[in-house]
This record gives sequence, C-alpha cells and structure tokens, in this order.
Amino acid sequence: MKRKASLGAALAVALLVSSTARAGTSYPPDPLGSPMWTAHAKTLFGDDPVRFDPRVKVDFPEIAENQHSFPVSVDARGIEGVKRIILFADLNPIPVAIDYRPQGAEPYLATRIKLDQRTPVRGAVQLASGEWLVSGNWIDAAGGGCSTPPVSRVKGDWADHLGEIRGAAWPLAGGDSRLRLSFRHPMDTGLVANIATYHLETLIVKNAAGKTLGDMEIWASVSEDPAITLMPMAKAGDRLTIEARDTNGRDYVAQVDVAKQSPMPIALAH
Amino acid sequence: MLTRRAALAGLLAASPAMAWAATDYVITPAQVADGIWMIHGADAPIEPANGGAIANITIIATPDGTVLCDCGPSVRYARALKAVAEKLTGKPVVRVYVTHLHPDHGLGIAAFDPAIVAALPGTIDALRQQGRGFSDAMYRILNDWMRGTDLALPGRTISKDAEDFGGRSLRLLALSGHSSADLALIDDRTGLMIGGDLVFHDRAPSTPTADLAKWRESLDRLKAERHSGLIPGHGPFDAGGTAAIAQTRDWIDWLETALTQAVANGLDMVEAGEIAIPDRFSTMAAARYELQRSVSHLYPALEAKLLGRVDLPG
Repeated sequence: MKRKASLGAALAVALLVSSTARAGTSYPPDPLGSPMWTAHAKTLFGDDPVRFDPRVKVDFPEIAENQHSFPVSVDARGIEGVKRIILFADLNPIPVAIDYRPQGAEPYLATRIKLDQRTPVRGAVQLASGEWLVSGNWIDAAGGGCSTPPVSRVKGDWADHLGEIRGAAWPLAGGDSRLRLSFRHPMDTGLVANIATYHLETLIVKNAAGKTLGDMEIWASVSEDPAITLMPMAKAGDRLTIEARDTNGRDYVAQVDVAKQSPMPIALAH
Repeated sequence: MLTRRAALAGLLAASPAMAWAATDYVITPAQVADGIWMIHGADAPIEPANGGAIANITIIATPDGTVLCDCGPSVRYARALKAVAEKLTGKPVVRVYVTHLHPDHGLGIAAFDPAIVAALPGTIDALRQQGRGFSDAMYRILNDWMRGTDLALPGRTISKDAEDFGGRSLRLLALSGHSSADLALIDDRTGLMIGGDLVFHDRAPSTPTADLAKWRESLDRLKAERHSGLIPGHGPFDAGGTAAIAQTRDWIDWLETALTQAVANGLDMVEAGEIAIPDRFSTMAAARYELQRSVSHLYPALEAKLLGRVDLPG
C-alpha cells in the first residue's frame, strides 16, 4: 500500500523531529499539552486547517484495566460531511491505530487499542473541505501494551485460529446498521524480540451490489484479535461483505447478514 | 538574583509530587464479635490517597496468640497492623491467613515470618505465577507507599478444614470463584464468618480473576453454612450475615446478564461500560469503576461465545 508506506515513513520521521521544528506553525495549541502534538499534527494533517472540536466524541473507560486492549470509540455523527476518521494515541510507538474512510457509513468507529504508556488518545475527523476536527483525552496506563507478546504467541496457538472471524449486524433506525466484527490475529507490533511485525492492514466493507461502504487502514497498535464496530448503511436482511488483508498478504473474507429484526432504538444503539 | 537552583527548588516545592509522599496508614479496628475486630478498608479503588488500604482486615484474639486474616497491601501497612493488633490483644501474631492472591489483601505478608503465613495451595500457586505482575502494578500506582515491599510467598499450605488456637478453633473453607482459590473462615466460638473477597458489601465486586459460575457455587455454600455476622472482603460489616452474600450474588448475576445482553444488542465495549446500573445498587461504592473493569475482563469471552463465525473459506 503506497499510501500507507508513505504515512508510515512520515510518522517515523515525525518521531525524530522536535515539536518546535515546524516553522510558522499554524496548529492550534493542544488543550492536552502533549509533547507530540505538533509532530503528529504535521504528519497527519500537513497544511490542512485543524481545530479542536468537542463534537468529535472520543469515548473510553475511566480506567485502562488492560493496556493490551483498551476500548475506544470515535463518534462524529453530530458533524456533517465527515470523510475520514483517524484514531491515534500520541505516545504510542505506533501512534495511529485506524485510518477509516466511511463512504456509505455513519462516521462512527469503535475498536480496542494497545497503550504503551500514559498517553493522549484522540480522534481526528476530516471534512470534505479538508479541515480536520480533533478531540480526545489523556488516559493513564501501565506500560508495555505494544512491547509484550500477544497472548496467542505465548500460548502458541495463534496459527490455529488465524482467519477466524466472528460478527453480526443489527439494523438501526435511520437506514444504517451496526456491524460488529472480531478477528483472530496476533497483531504483532514488531517491538517484541524475535517476532516480526504482522498485522491486519486493510479492511473494506461492501454492500450486496459491491459498493464500498467504508474502508480502513489498520496498524499494529490495534489490539490482538481486533474487534471493530462500524455503522454501514444497510437494512434488515441486507448482506455485507468484509474483505481484509494482513501484512503477509493473507486475504480474509466474511459475510454478515443484517439481522431481520425491527431497527434498534437509537438509545440502545447509543 | 534568583539562581537556577533556587528556582528549581521552588518548582519542586510547589509540585504536586509532594503530595505523593506516603504518610502513615491509619488503622482503626472496630470490635465486631467477642475477641474479633474488623479494620474497614477504604471503599474505593486502589489509589495514592488510600495507600492501597482498601481491603478489610480481621484481627482475632486466641489463647495461643493473635490471628490475622489478610494483612494489607504493603510492608508498611502490615508492620503498622501488627503493632496495632498486638497492642489490642496483648499477644504476638502467631498466624496470618491470606484469603486469596490479590495484592490489596496479601502483599503485606513480607512483614511476617513466612512460617506463620498460611494460604490455600491454589493461592500460593497463583501468587507464584502472578504475584510479580500484581506487585509491579501496585508499585506503579502507589509508589512510596510500597517501599520495601517484596513479593513473599506464604510458608504454610492449608490442607485441613480447621485450625485450633488453644481452644479457639477456626473453620477453613477452601472455595473459589473470585479467584482460583478463595479462603473463607468461620470462628467456632462466635459463628462469625470471614468471607474474603467472595463477599463484597456496598462496594462493587471486582472480577479480574473471576469464574462467575464457581463464585455462585461458593456463595451458595457460604449462605448454607451456619454463621452469625459476616466480615466481607470490602465494605461495611454485615451484622445479620445474609445481606452482603445476597448483594454480591445479585451483582454478579446482574453483571453477567447485562453484559450478555449488551453483546446480543451489538454494543461495543465502551458502550457496555456505560450501561445504566440499576438503582438497587446505588449504595455500592465504585460501581461504575468495577463495571468498566468487568467489561474488560468478561466481554471478549462473551463475544466469542455469542457472535457467530462469519468467515468464508479463503
């Protein structure tokens, strides 16, 4: 993936560049006071306009009970015209977790990420105008979420379950659906001795007509056995096809039929 | 002229880090039965403000000496506890029971001779495997409170169902469910039950090592055992002896049902941690905090059980 490679290289460079190196910076000051804000902003947003906006709802628990698997959701449904969502944690060695482009889907994303230390966790959404809206908060975490081996590597059974995908979809009032997926995958970060980087890197959701409803790039900072929740446009009984690929070029395909039931009340679906 | 060093000193003095320096634990035993005292831990998460002293501790006076059930999160706590207990009973500590592996109950054993510290074999195994990780986590959260606290293992394995201390006999119940091995005790003289963390009271149960089915079996057993009052692992003394068992059972039943329903309704983990907690649990301290921890502990297994396979052969 060309785009991914360039983003990765840029991120690697950004980690080396002092946050004060950017001359004539126009990024707004970071309300979280992160030492990496300017560097990440430069890498992710470049010359696009950026502002902090609480309508980007970045939600997570009050405690990081498990630094290997920390649930986060980014909900930008209160904002018109969102074309891209990036979930990232400033102080992770692999800052970006997911770069999602909802096309026929609500701008909503939930997953679980690794935390390598106390860090800001943020969602950034890009509008059609190119402008980025950013929100997030600090979360305290014990160290090592990215640098200890995944459970399936320790148990040694990762290959037995590779490719297993579980999921379901429910219709929502308003014409969209809630799609939940969980993959068995070690999601190796490359930061554990003698275990090379190996992770899911792309995921596409299509409708029955083959139209892409959303696609994303996935990084190794997403937790082992990735769980992902999206809101693609689909009605009860519609069939969704999910195509994913990992960094070894292994392809994954799944089909999920949206449950034939009355749309869930919005309150329940959050 | 303000020197750089003076400015630095000024900064340090104003730094909130100063508030992290541990002060002494306040240990206040309250008598709950003839010759038995309970020290009520803070009904809160483990945090610097309480030094990790969140578990209830029991002191029992026997003709042979003082018996402790659990001994707190750190050497500093356990030393203070020993002094308070021996002053209270006038006799040296001769036995320390560790009810289960969790660090708020047992990391303080490093302050005692291992030969007087007793635990179930499953607890000792679990401490051997997971004790280091728990110890690291406690140091990270509590820093100076933990100073000098090494991980120690109990030197005595409990293999009998009772132990006599010069005529005062304690029944030892080997159970599980809150963890892989949970010890509960009943004092023969007064009928007082010490539930360990199988029983919480007005403080939400924690589930990092829980097996809910086994936990229910253990609660059934405790309910069936004749007893008077009950000292829960966390929360206030239960004088009637039944309310805390019923409340713990109610919480874990609700928890499992609610999280199962959340998976069935398509909720993500973030949302599952935000579901409404029924009003009947409004007296429970740390309810939201423990619910969110429990989501982390229990949700992935429920998803694996309830979400069907959707992958196509590649």
